[in-house]
Amino acid sequence: MKALKHIQSTFIPLPDDNVDTDQIIPARFLKSTSRDGFGKNLFRDWRYFNNDEAHPKIDFILNKPEYKGSVLVAGKNFGCGSSREHAAWALLDYGFNVVVSSFFADIFKNNALNNGVLPVQVSDDFLQKIFSLKNGSTLSIDLESQTITIDTTGEKENFDINHYKKTCLLNGYDDIDYLISIKNDIINFEKTLA
Amino acid sequence: MSKTLFQKIWEKHLVKTIPDGPDVIYIDKHFIHEVTSPQAFSGIEKRGLSFFRPKKTVATADHNVPTINQHLPIKEELSRIQVQKLVDNCKNHHVELYGLGHPFQGIVHIIGPELGITQPGMTIVCGDSHTSTHGAFGSVAFGIGTSEVEMVFATQCILQNRPKVMRINIEGTLHKGVVSKDIILYIISKVSASGATGHFVEYAGSAIRSLSMEARMTICNMSIEMGARGGMIAPDETTFEYMKNRLFAPKDDEWEKAMIQWKKLYSDKDAVFDKEIHINATEIEPMITYGTNPGLGITINAHVPTIESIADEGERKNIEHALKYMGLQPGQLLKGMPVQNVFIGSCTNARIEDLRLVASIIKGKTKNKNVKVMIVPGSQQVAAQLKAEGLDVIFNEAGFQIRQAGCSACLGMNEDKVPAGEYCISTSNRNFEGRQGAGSRTLLASPLTAAAAAITGVVTDVRDFLN
Repeated sequence: MKALKHIQSTFIPLPDDNVDTDQIIPARFLKSTSRDGFGKNLFRDWRYFNNDEAHPKIDFILNKPEYKGSVLVAGKNFGCGSSREHAAWALLDYGFNVVVSSFFADIFKNNALNNGVLPVQVSDDFLQKIFSLKNGSTLSIDLESQTITIDTTGEKENFDINHYKKTCLLNGYDDIDYLISIKNDIINFEKTLA
Repeated sequence: MSKTLFQKIWEKHLVKTIPDGPDVIYIDKHFIHEVTSPQAFSGIEKRGLSFFRPKKTVATADHNVPTINQHLPIKEELSRIQVQKLVDNCKNHHVELYGLGHPFQGIVHIIGPELGITQPGMTIVCGDSHTSTHGAFGSVAFGIGTSEVEMVFATQCILQNRPKVMRINIEGTLHKGVVSKDIILYIISKVSASGATGHFVEYAGSAIRSLSMEARMTICNMSIEMGARGGMIAPDETTFEYMKNRLFAPKDDEWEKAMIQWKKLYSDKDAVFDKEIHINATEIEPMITYGTNPGLGITINAHVPTIESIADEGERKNIEHALKYMGLQPGQLLKGMPVQNVFIGSCTNARIEDLRLVASIIKGKTKNKNVKVMIVPGSQQVAAQLKAEGLDVIFNEAGFQIRQAGCSACLGMNEDKVPAGEYCISTSNRNFEGRQGAGSRTLLASPLTAAAAAITGVVTDVRDFLN
């Protein structure tokens, strides 16, 4: 997993609530046996008419070339529904390293963190402030200080992340590295279950 | 100290707690399927790790399999490769596979319980959000992502933040025509699609106690649809009766020993929940959804909300968007609206009791000529039972298509899809945009309500059939 410390970027606003993982990556694109290449199908049915790349839905934000950046800002309850980790892979493959929302679904949050995509949970007010910014405004997300800043106004908010996960992300460690390191504890624990 | 059922099981499986971090939880049983496992297998292979406890994992092929001609090679190339990859991976890593053609094959959340693999007090995970189904037996069961599948392969453990606990109490007697699917759709409509996020939910009360195991599974199955990490019901005589003599359930002395442990699985009288909800069973009527998340449900005779009636601006926008996608008008009555498809299947409602409910409504009747009706048993065993009971004759005479076991049109991953713009009354669990195929419009309901619509061709109050 790639380490993630500080990101300053323009952002892509997606002000819809309850964006479920079926929208992020529809089930028919889950047939791959690798983790790569899901980005082209990110929000597939919101991006194209009849699944046809020659007929993009021009009103959809990812089809507006003037909007770019490695930060996606979405409405509340982002990532609800199916546990498919392909949703996190698709976001990462497309180029998003951070998702900002006022509320995340549990499984998505875990999946994102396990892939080095940082979910930044902000207050509803702060989220609305971001949505009201002019296109081209930048956000700064700093993991060490756990802050997200609107660069033009200097307004900032702290976000939560536990110490363990923060250390993992800052260093690019993942949970399997950790679990392998405590394998003896696990073997001893198994004896207590019998 | 008084403990909740959830706490008792979680703490028994707690290997250690990382300070200011998650808990390390030991997993008793791991179910896998073809869609969310291949990257986990290749993950441990790339790291040079061995599969730690292969006997604690069971595999089946369900999400991506065709539901006709399962004896033939899968036509679609990517699906065929993915299903074959599962076969190869299981062989290489010595994992038991109930794959296509095996008499135990079926939807992962249907075969676990029916084979007696799912047992009270266990921790159970699967790379599928409907793993909460197994909680009906008083187990801590929840969906995980593929990285977590890989963790279980490598160490039989995962890292999880300890969720909060919520109890939903339903007391009283259900009205005629109201079944467990209506209970859970009602609960989600009250709690909302995100209202239980961060919580493990225990369902309790006399109305829950009165339900069969299969009905309880339907309720626990949809816990994720209100955001819950999982759902569970304390085991009781109904549970033990169901478990007894299941293939992989403990036998003889082992059974007696297990019973001693299982009977301790309940929330202590003074146990404290972070949140409690009380519902009177008599409030609940047959339910149907009108929107694009499972929280947007109404009783069968109710009108779709008007936009003005919604106070919250964000919610108003959501519902406007949902109604536009669904092709519905604010304030519209759903009852009487034509539907083109009926889907009876999925890990929510494809067990034998569900199919019996359907048969009870349609026996001797024929489906409406404008409706395509697909009935997809949840497992090979359910399919065999359906035939043994002669339900196939009833379904065939009604003009229903009986398919072979799989997830099918619940998620439209195989060729079973609802055409764009058409309505489908579905016994499945999600009405998300495009869930049953791009442009499909899903109305979630119980097997009874689905059966009634198959006959009339329109959204129908099943109670009109019962009188």
